[in-house]
Amino acid sequence: MSATAAAPESQAGRVWARFRRHRLALAGGMVVALLLASALFAPVLAPQDPTLLDTALRFRAPFADWHFPLGTDELGRDTLSRLLHGGRVSLTVGLVAMVTTVMTGALIGIAAGYLGGIADTVLMRFVDTMLCFPQVFLLLVVAAFVPPTLVSISLVIGLTSWMEVSRIVRAEILHLKEQDFVAAARALGASRARIMFRELLPNAAAPILVAATLKVASAVLMESYISYLGYGVQPPLASWGNMLTNAQGYFDTVPWLAILPGAAITLTVMGFNFLGDGLRDALDPRLRMDP
Amino acid sequence: MIGFVARRLLQAIPLLIGVSLIGFGLMHLAPGGPLAVYTLNPTIQAQDIERIRIIFGLDQPIHVQYVKWATGIFSGNWGYTFFGGRPVLDVILERLPATLLLMGSALSVAILLGLSIGVLGAVKRYSVFDVLATTGALFALSFPTFWFGLMAIFVFAIELRWLPSGGMWELGEEGNILSLLQHLVLPTLVLALVITATWSRYSRSAFLEVMHQDYMRTARAKGVPPRARLLRHAFPNAAKPLIALLGVEVPFLFSGALVTETIFGWPGMGRLFVDALGMKEYPVLMGMMMFTAIFVILGNLLADIAIAAIDPRVRLR
Amino acid sequence: MAEPLLEVAGLQVHFPIRSALLRRRIGTVRAVDGVNLSVARGETLALVGESGCGKTTTGKAILRLIEPSGGSIRFGGEDIARHSQAQLAPFRRRMQIVFQDPYASLNPRMTVGGILAAPFEIHRIGDARDRADRVAALLRTVGLPPEAARRYPHEFSGGQRQRIGIARALALEPELVIGDEPVSALDVSIQAQIINLMKRLQAELGLAYVMISHNLAVVSHVADRVAVMYLGRVVETAPRETLFFDARHPYTQALLSAVPEPVPGRRRARQVPQGDVPSPASPPSGCHFHPRCPHAMPRCAQEAPASRIVASGHAVACHLEAP
Repeated sequence: MSATAAAPESQAGRVWARFRRHRLALAGGMVVALLLASALFAPVLAPQDPTLLDTALRFRAPFADWHFPLGTDELGRDTLSRLLHGGRVSLTVGLVAMVTTVMTGALIGIAAGYLGGIADTVLMRFVDTMLCFPQVFLLLVVAAFVPPTLVSISLVIGLTSWMEVSRIVRAEILHLKEQDFVAAARALGASRARIMFRELLPNAAAPILVAATLKVASAVLMESYISYLGYGVQPPLASWGNMLTNAQGYFDTVPWLAILPGAAITLTVMGFNFLGDGLRDALDPRLRMDP
Repeated sequence: MIGFVARRLLQAIPLLIGVSLIGFGLMHLAPGGPLAVYTLNPTIQAQDIERIRIIFGLDQPIHVQYVKWATGIFSGNWGYTFFGGRPVLDVILERLPATLLLMGSALSVAILLGLSIGVLGAVKRYSVFDVLATTGALFALSFPTFWFGLMAIFVFAIELRWLPSGGMWELGEEGNILSLLQHLVLPTLVLALVITATWSRYSRSAFLEVMHQDYMRTARAKGVPPRARLLRHAFPNAAKPLIALLGVEVPFLFSGALVTETIFGWPGMGRLFVDALGMKEYPVLMGMMMFTAIFVILGNLLADIAIAAIDPRVRLR
Repeated sequence: MAEPLLEVAGLQVHFPIRSALLRRRIGTVRAVDGVNLSVARGETLALVGESGCGKTTTGKAILRLIEPSGGSIRFGGEDIARHSQAQLAPFRRRMQIVFQDPYASLNPRMTVGGILAAPFEIHRIGDARDRADRVAALLRTVGLPPEAARRYPHEFSGGQRQRIGIARALALEPELVIGDEPVSALDVSIQAQIINLMKRLQAELGLAYVMISHNLAVVSHVADRVAVMYLGRVVETAPRETLFFDARHPYTQALLSAVPEPVPGRRRARQVPQGDVPSPASPPSGCHFHPRCPHAMPRCAQEAPASRIVASGHAVACHLEAP
């Protein structure tokens, strides 16, 4: 049998080739991989216990003492260890929030797009309504209502930022559902659920993947911000956001305490944003050579 | 045109109803309900809370409460603050000018800068400038606004001592325009950063799209000079997506203003929101949610109308 | 004659035209406007007409992929036009469809094995191993190797994909298969292969076909009977031989005159209908064909001609045939 079209390896290869051309995206991907690895192995990598305090060792400068490579904070805790463990917390929140966002958004988008009619009108009106509230306002109000735990913070971020995803998925489904493979499934008597989740959803994977990557970036940002304001991750558990809050009090004397966690946040957000941007270019359906 | 505006206004009604339902729902989702703040106060007895509950009408069925609350929202009675008992709308409105000043100055800077960068990038596509600008925009969009604010304070206020680190006036200099402008620089810079990045990206792609249209080639063939081509032919056509962006941007502008105001202690609505959050001032929080949402709806409405005004094709839809 | 397998009477499919803003109904497209058809067991009925005449919509409405607005669809004696999805379930196994575009009709994210196992999963037939055997058997039936099950649709050529589409349609052992222009998207060299495959399968499995086509040349190879559609209505139905040699409706005659003759030197007088096909949103009054008809009479603009039987199995809807 002669397969005239390209094999799946080379289809993935084409996407990879386009992605690789994007040097910033590649760099973003590497940063993300490094961050995930450092979060995963934080307990091994951290030179100290991040909660161990010793007021005799307050405000050590970075690179001065090899026991504290990045110095110590106002309670004498090791900054590098706190950054590593804080990254663990921030990335966990970012990823869980992203999963919540993507699942909610995809579910609503696919239901609105495939079911159409009244369901579409009601769901999309709900999306429009949610989008009327500035996200930070909505997020802070809800965050202030619930007791802050890692899970609740993630859920709050996820449940206040899914609207864009649902619009993207809906648009994709509207395009896909007119294709004959959906009619074929209906002719076979497939249930709505089967058509939505087995036939349509896998075909919307590319835009969902792009949105997911970008959503990790915004979730990390949101977590750091609400933690900075005191409604997020609570001390003594370190997160990049609450490290900034503490640091603000000693801003004029020990600026590195604020610079380091901020730089970590920036690096993470940039890594995911660049990765998502590159993925979008690589997977863009308009550029896709798919026959 | 009047019909178009009327239809758009009609379409805003379900949005307003939706917004009010969510706002009302959130208030009742609050732990302990709208009166939680009183239960925290040890000097207030249980029977006092019961009295307040009746005064506020919280003993009535939920739909009655909603109707009362919603009619209040649309007739200007937004309730009273827990602390001080002032009308919520007054509290919000007195903070509005500071926020509008900040948003206005940041938006003007961002549009001027972003538009210039975007147009220049589109005209000289793939030049060094263009590559730097698009990469820079992506960097700027990834910058956490609040950290950027802190860094700006560190550099310009603490290290260099060029500018004040926060507030709106120097103590005792309220009303001094020079002092106001000095205080305005850093927050404007911080808020404008992300908006500039967005605008440069959008205007670049809007102009690139327009510049490849046939009428642009025709204008060139006719011998219209480059500057006139850009201003008279490209600009009116590229303006449409940019006006739409302006409408869509309103909620981001509020979010950004909230962040910026908390960093710089700017006495605007964002600052009020964070303060109200700390004091569990639910009436103020909900009032601000409603206020911003109405602003967002109005922003989109105005953008739609503006687009219809410059593009006769839109009105026919 | 025994009771037909499929009998469609007065089938209508109307699409509302709505205003963009308030979704008010401002008009109706009568895509299918009172179609009558019947198909016997094991028979092939060709449904021909120009693009936009409603033939594909008719096919999809018979399968209830598009909701009919009126009329009846009797399948095996039972009217399914208003059946619920649950009531339709047993009929889903008895009639299937092969689509025109073999690129869009196979889910690009599923393996061929997954695509072919879907009918069994949906109807809860067999376990995983049994399904794999059935998939392999289906692939053999349509002339593909069993290894094809592990591959994705884009690894196959158009003709191979159409074989996969046919295999899927056959999975549940239907009695009727609707072919919606099943070969028109294929290279001419491949078309004959697919047509021969479908003819072979018909002989082996006793299938009835409704072959939707705009191409009378294809129809002449496969059809037992031909129904000609114009703007949502069937204008003439006849056995294949009769239609090709004794077409009565001016529109059928015009269509036939456009078919290239295989025998050089033998030419029909070409009758090209004047003007364009009118929009089904505002079809002409009376007989829909009258503005383009060379024989139009005043009556044609006023009154839609009823279908009249002019010979055994030959029905024409034209005032020229009026007694």
